[in-house]
Formats: sequence, structure tokens, C-alpha cells
Amino acid sequence: MASFEVSQACFDYGGKPVLTDVSLSIGTGHRIAILGPNGAGKTTLLKLLSGARSPTRGSILLDGRRLHAVPRPELARKIAVVPQDLTIPFAFTAREIVELGRTPHLGLLRGFRTDDRHAVEQAMRLTDSLDLGGRIINELSSGERQRVIIAMALAQEPEILLLDEPTHLLDITRQAEILDLIIELNASRGLTVVAALHDLNLAARYFNRLAILHRGALLAEGTPEAVLRADFVEEAYGGRVEIVRPGNGQPPIVLPASRFRDRLNVQ
Amino acid sequence: MPVSTAAPLPKSRQTVKEDAHLSAPLSSLRFRTGLGLLAVLLVASIVLASGIGAVHVPSLEIVGMLLNRAGLVHLSQTWPQSDEAIILQIRLPRVLAAAMVGGALSVAGVLFQGLLRNPLADPYVIGTSGGAAFGASLGAVLFSHFSILGFGAIPALAFLGAMGTMVLVFRFSRVGGRTPVVTLLLVGFAVSVVLGYTVSLLLIVNERFEFNTRVIYAWLLGGIWIETWSQLGLIALVVIAGIVGALALSRSLNALALGEECAEYLGIAVERQKAAVIVVGSLLTAAAVSAGGLIGFVGLIVPHFLRLLFGPNHVRLLPLAALGGAAFLVTADLLARVVIPPNELPVGILTALVGGPAFLLLLRRTKREYRF
Repeated sequence: MASFEVSQACFDYGGKPVLTDVSLSIGTGHRIAILGPNGAGKTTLLKLLSGARSPTRGSILLDGRRLHAVPRPELARKIAVVPQDLTIPFAFTAREIVELGRTPHLGLLRGFRTDDRHAVEQAMRLTDSLDLGGRIINELSSGERQRVIIAMALAQEPEILLLDEPTHLLDITRQAEILDLIIELNASRGLTVVAALHDLNLAARYFNRLAILHRGALLAEGTPEAVLRADFVEEAYGGRVEIVRPGNGQPPIVLPASRFRDRLNVQ
Repeated sequence: MPVSTAAPLPKSRQTVKEDAHLSAPLSSLRFRTGLGLLAVLLVASIVLASGIGAVHVPSLEIVGMLLNRAGLVHLSQTWPQSDEAIILQIRLPRVLAAAMVGGALSVAGVLFQGLLRNPLADPYVIGTSGGAAFGASLGAVLFSHFSILGFGAIPALAFLGAMGTMVLVFRFSRVGGRTPVVTLLLVGFAVSVVLGYTVSLLLIVNERFEFNTRVIYAWLLGGIWIETWSQLGLIALVVIAGIVGALALSRSLNALALGEECAEYLGIAVERQKAAVIVVGSLLTAAAVSAGGLIGFVGLIVPHFLRLLFGPNHVRLLPLAALGGAAFLVTADLLARVVIPPNELPVGILTALVGGPAFLLLLRRTKREYRF
């Protein structure tokens, strides 16, 4: 079991409302992308789901329990988070970083055991980062680094994976690699995945549920076909867009509308 | 469904497995060798330092005395009784105190560098040096004939000053139940400066200016003041408890290295663990300060030196730092005693003059850009 029930969650930051009345239910094994412009509250929603912040009003249930009543280490064995930017001031090796993912399973008298090594090995194999093990984390390329950080999250052996802009700063093939990995984990392990994303088209291609946030409120939620409508997207992001629907079960494609449509290479 | 099937994993992933398996045991072998070597180095430096002085005692004799004393074996005594008295009553307490102070400072350095994620942090970074100096000068100026638990006023009040400053700085830096590390650094700096100049004020307004200035100045430069076993026992108790506490915090420090938010995601009770690091680090620093004055550089150089050789993993770094710091200061204290006989050099001058260039050399030799 790994499900969220968010009901009428609000969050204020220094008196300024960041999220208002967000209700969302995320079931076990769901794969959902949170969309919205900068400042819409995507990261804040992830922080609420991760338990890093508590909603100022409303509630979040994790498998029927109030999220902030779950003790920290237990939460970390259930939910893993891949933050957007992680600065690591020390020269840890990639393997050491992945091993940190075992932290919630260790204790004062419970050191690193064979099953921990196994989980680390497994996480690195899944993310194709085994050969990076001995390298210094900050000397890796951004794609490699992202794979290692996802491996750390997987080493936690979570049931839920929260990702904040996992494809940020990656080129197109690296983006596909990371998102393929997410799909693979979701399909083969039933991992519940919630990701904040900027790119609407990547979200439509790789996620089966989308939710658009606009000024801290949930504007639309559902399948890519249902959510990626010009009116929703235009309201959330401002400006004009064009939606291309290729059909044949292909997800819609969102393109920016141009004032110079007549000069574009389109029919 | 936008994507119908999960992408299969490329086959190449399996082939690199062997290489990765090698890396973990190798670094662990390196760590164990390093730990063993440092332990040998520490014992050797203790024996050597105990033997050298106005009366020279051969190392083998010292080993014999220690083995006899430990009751493990019984060797027949081939050395004069006076040698045994010199070693056991005079030299050994001081040498062991140097080991305690060195270990404490270097472990405290690792703790504060890890907590603040800052390579420039040292054991005194949150202002404990100012508090200790203030306590010490109060001791020198006001209560020169007072003593507690076998300690004079200077070390006792230096300890209290350091711990008091820690409490003050910690409480001052708390904002709504959290202690932001940047605030902690700034408050520590401000408190340290205020207390530092209060020391100058105390000295200037006092009529015994010259005498007190000399006493305090010597103390500020650092030197091992422990003379008896009972003093050593008390210091050792605090230092060993502190080091055990630090080892228990090593996993939290590793997680905190990724930032507080990420540490929280890894299940760490961040604020509680930060408070624990500050308390343990300050306790170690206060113990070191009361036994050795303000010895600079040890808490900065030894941890960095070891990080360059063994990496930043605190599970390994902390025990290495305890042994390495101890061996380093025993050696520095020995040099301080023998460089200009019959006078002693303040050991803080030696740690800076020897440790600094050695560290610079190591930095140059690692060629790669230093990542801490």
C-alpha cells in the first residue's frame, strides 16, 4: 500500500498563501505528473507529500494515517524524494551517496549488512550507475549525477518516489533515460511516482495522470487527453498555445502559439 | 496510455558489475590499513615522547614498565626506579593529555565542518574560543588561588566559559524551533569577538597587567597543562565520552552533508541531531581547551589531511581523526618540549608552523582541485 489522500490542503509561507484547497487522491502504483508555471506550488505540494512541511489547513493521509503522525525514519522507508538541486560540498563517491539511501534502515546498533549492500547494488544496477561507483559525485555529468541521486532514493526501498524536476538541465536523450527508468520502476515494482515537471509534452508522453496547478490551486486533473486542453494550459501559463492531437492513442502535443503563424513551417 | 510497455534495460548494465564490486572492499581495506597505521603511530609517538626529555629513558624500558603496570606480563625490572617515577608520574600524564587534546580537537573539527558544511570551520567556530579565553582571563585576574577538582581557576573557568558560550550562541541562533547554520556561524563569530575584546579590557584595567598578560598570552598560544593522573582522568572521561558520542552521530553527519532537507528525507531528525553535534563538539572543545589552552590548526588540518587520504565519509573519518589528531599533538607537544631546551615552546606555535606547511604541501601534491 502506498496511497495519498490530500484533502483541501492549504499552505501559507510567511502569511502568503502558496497552496489553497488542493484535493487529490493518488493510489498505489499511480504515475502522476504535477504541472504548472513557476511559483504555482509544485515544489510545495511535493514538500507536503514528503512530510517536510505540514499543511496549514486541510489534511494529508498516507495509507489512511495522518502523514505528520508517521515517525521520520518510517516515512523515509516508505517515501523517497529526489530533490531538484542537491549541493554536496564533500567529495563523496557515487557509491557512498547511494549508500546514504540506506540511512533510514540503519540504527545506532544496526550497521551496514548484506541486505543493505544488496539494496545498494540493486539500486545502482537499475539506474545503470554501477560503473560510476568509484567516481566523485561532483565530477559526474548532470545526467550521471541525477542517476546516482535516483539510485540513492531507490536504495531506501521506498513504495513512493517523489521527484522534483527530474529532467531539469538534462539533454533530450538523458531526459528520456531518466523518464524510462521511472516508467520501468513504476511498471515492474508498482512504485507510486509523483513528479513535478516543467515540460508538458514529456509529462503527457510518460505519465498517465496529470495535474495542473495554477496560483496554488488545482486547475485540472486527469488523463493527458483530458488535461492538456488549450483553455486549461492558457489559463495556467498565460499566453496562447496550440494543441496538436496526433490521434492513434498518441498523447496531445502542446506548442506555443506564434503571432507569425503564417511564417511558420506549418500547414 | 502514452507509453504501453516499460523500456527493457540495456544489456551493458550487467557487464560492469565486477568493477563496482572491487571498489567497496578496496576503500575499506585502505581505511582499515589507515586506522591500524595511525594506531601504531599513536602508540609509538606516546612511547617516544615519554622517553625524551631532560632524562632520556629508552623506549624498550618504557614498554616494559607499561606492560608490567598493565599486569599482562611480568618482566624483571632492569631500569632504575627513578626512571619509572619520571615516566609514570611526570611524563605519561602529560603525553596522554596531549593525545586526548589532539583527538578531541580533531574530532570536534570534523563535527563542525560536517555540520556547517564549511571547510573553514574549526572547533572554535561557534565562539567557544572567545568564551574559553574570557573564562581563563577571569580565572587569572580574579581567582588566581582558587581550584576545583584538582584544576586551577584558568582551566576550570575556560571549560565553563566554552560551555557557557555554546549555550548562549545556540539559544541566540534559534529561530522558531530551528537553528539555521548560517545564523549559528554569525552569532558564534559575534560572541567570540565581543568576548575576545572583553579579555583585552579585563587585562588592561587590571593593575597586574604585565603578569596577567604573560599568563593569558601563554595560555592563548596553547600548551599542555595537565600534570597529574587525576586531572588526566577527568579530561579523558569527557573526551572519550565525546568521541563515542561523535561516532554515534557519524551517519547523521553523512546525511546532513546533503543538506538539511535531504537529511530529513533520509529519516534524520534534523534539529535534534544538529543540537547533538553542537553539544558533543563543544564538550570536546571545552575539554581540550581546559587541558591545552587555545591550540589552533589541529582541528582544521588533521581532518582535512585525513579527508584527502580517506574521503569524507564520517563513519570512517571520525575514528581516523581521533587517532590522527592524538598522534599529531603528541608529536607536536614533544617537539615543543625539545626544540629550545630547557624552555618550552607553546605547542600552538608548533602546530601552526609544522602543520601549515605540511598541509600546503599535501594540497599541492593532490594536484586535483580540492573538494572537501
